[in-house]
Amino acid sequence: MAVLENLKYSQDHEWAKEEDGVVVVGITDYAQSELGDLVFVNLPEEGDEVVAGEAFGDVESVKAVSDVLSPVSGTVVAINEELLDSPQLINEDPYGAWFIKVENAEGLDDLMDAAGYEAFIEA
Amino acid sequence: MLIFEKGAEGRRTSLLPSCDVPVYELDDKYTRKMELNLPEVSEVEVSRHYSELAKKCHGVNDGFYPLGSCTMKYNPHINEKVAALPGFTQIHPLQCPKTVQGCLELLCDFEKKLCEITGMDRLTFQPAAGAQGEFTGILLIKKYHESRGDSKRKKIIIPDSAHGTNPATAAMADYEVISIESGPDGCIDLDKLREVCNEETAGLMLTNPNTVGLFDKNILEVTKIVHDCGGLCYYDGANLNAVMGIVRPGDMGFDCIHLNLHKTFSTPHGGGGPGAGPVGCKEFLAKFLPDDMPVQKECGCFGFETAEDTMGRVKAFYGNFLVVVRAYCYVLTLGKEGIPQASTNAVLNANYMMASLKNDYTMAYDEICMHEFVMDIASIKDATGITALDIAKGLLDNGIHPPTMYFPLIVHECLMVEPTETETKETLDGAIAVFKMLKEAAYENAESLHTAPHKAPVCRLDEVGAARNPILRYVKAE
Repeated sequence: MAVLENLKYSQDHEWAKEEDGVVVVGITDYAQSELGDLVFVNLPEEGDEVVAGEAFGDVESVKAVSDVLSPVSGTVVAINEELLDSPQLINEDPYGAWFIKVENAEGLDDLMDAAGYEAFIEA
Repeated sequence: MLIFEKGAEGRRTSLLPSCDVPVYELDDKYTRKMELNLPEVSEVEVSRHYSELAKKCHGVNDGFYPLGSCTMKYNPHINEKVAALPGFTQIHPLQCPKTVQGCLELLCDFEKKLCEITGMDRLTFQPAAGAQGEFTGILLIKKYHESRGDSKRKKIIIPDSAHGTNPATAAMADYEVISIESGPDGCIDLDKLREVCNEETAGLMLTNPNTVGLFDKNILEVTKIVHDCGGLCYYDGANLNAVMGIVRPGDMGFDCIHLNLHKTFSTPHGGGGPGAGPVGCKEFLAKFLPDDMPVQKECGCFGFETAEDTMGRVKAFYGNFLVVVRAYCYVLTLGKEGIPQASTNAVLNANYMMASLKNDYTMAYDEICMHEFVMDIASIKDATGITALDIAKGLLDNGIHPPTMYFPLIVHECLMVEPTETETKETLDGAIAVFKMLKEAAYENAESLHTAPHKAPVCRLDEVGAARNPILRYVKAE
């Protein structure tokens, strides 16, 4: 299971990283592997507020629909529209297939680092 | 081959009798301008077409069907015979009640019997099936709070093990869903329940036994906590087959319930119905029940009444009447002794299967179960790559309908098995042997299981492809 060094991780298996003043959010390799092949993604709209620990969208596999919880709080400034037509990108490249970008983000420091997350998913 | 691809232009089947009333010609402006594009086939082609389709299906008459939480029990033939009687079939919903006294008497008597089984005071047969029953039940709760001017109750509490229809129902009724995490035993965590109960709580929706097949032993405390904060308790009857005639939802503290006649009461189930989802309630909610309640009047004759503060009709007329007739026949056939006996045998069968399989499969909750049990395939998946889906497909090759997969959501790689009381020990032993054989195959011949089924009418379907690129409209090949 790939865990990248330069990212931050939530206990709900989302990753986050700071990039050009905004926080980029996606789901981890572990999450996509547990969910299985994804067939549908729901994303918020630009301008929506997200709250750490609360759902901002959902992903659907053949098995089930699962909420995607935001690792940080803030305002959505961009969504990855490519995912709406090609949800398989999340399975193929979970750390490239970002979901949303958040500005004025809070809570990044509360997240785990790579070593912490690796220990968390092995526990 | 679809029926549209069979036959030839101009071919006909005359199944309808000749018209015995004057023919009325519609004004031209009301008549269809385009061809109907119906299949043009002979009677024998129709007959063979549907026989062919039936052969490709697996129903409870073809073999074991342990689909968890669906109670796929055998549907006795006597139900069909009774429901086909002309007195039940040759009637019209708008004919004078005086001419359908027998049908109304049946509804009134069955209402009493189901009230006795569930511990409710009144019951409507109007809802079409389970999901509409849930909706009707939640509307009862909503009307109750509204009638008291209690407008701040906007939340319905639902455990995370619930059927997906529960939160969908609450959302349809414009409630906010508060999902609470189950305890490690799969039951309601009382502390978590207390935390979320407050003056905004409209009610709780609960299935007991729950979806992991366990009876919540704290049920009286659960309903008391909800009542103490002013909320009402709704019982989802999905799993009533474990407890009918033994313990009553009304005595557990529930205020309203729905039943699935197509599960617990042996009417046909699957293939799109029709089902029947009667809703029962305690006396204080009866004034909100749907319109057209069958009643026996003081004169002894039967008719309809409108509840004082009715929510109106939830379905045209009186529900799926012939389904109700079948279920009534079932209850009369079993009688007072047979009903608890059926539940006892359902629980025995589930425990027999679980005990026979627990050396080969991990049980999600390894304790005495009710009418169903949940197997956790995670350790087999970790060791072999074989998933719950692969095991399910392997069962198809052995003439067994797979259990419910990937539900409840709180056990990730799961199979939920509900054998029901109508299966013999030989059938259960046969299925146990197949499950054991599939576990061995997971370790020794995983590739073959990955591509199963090999003997079914269709082989492994590309479910992901179908979901990502659905073809929703039939186009006739040129």
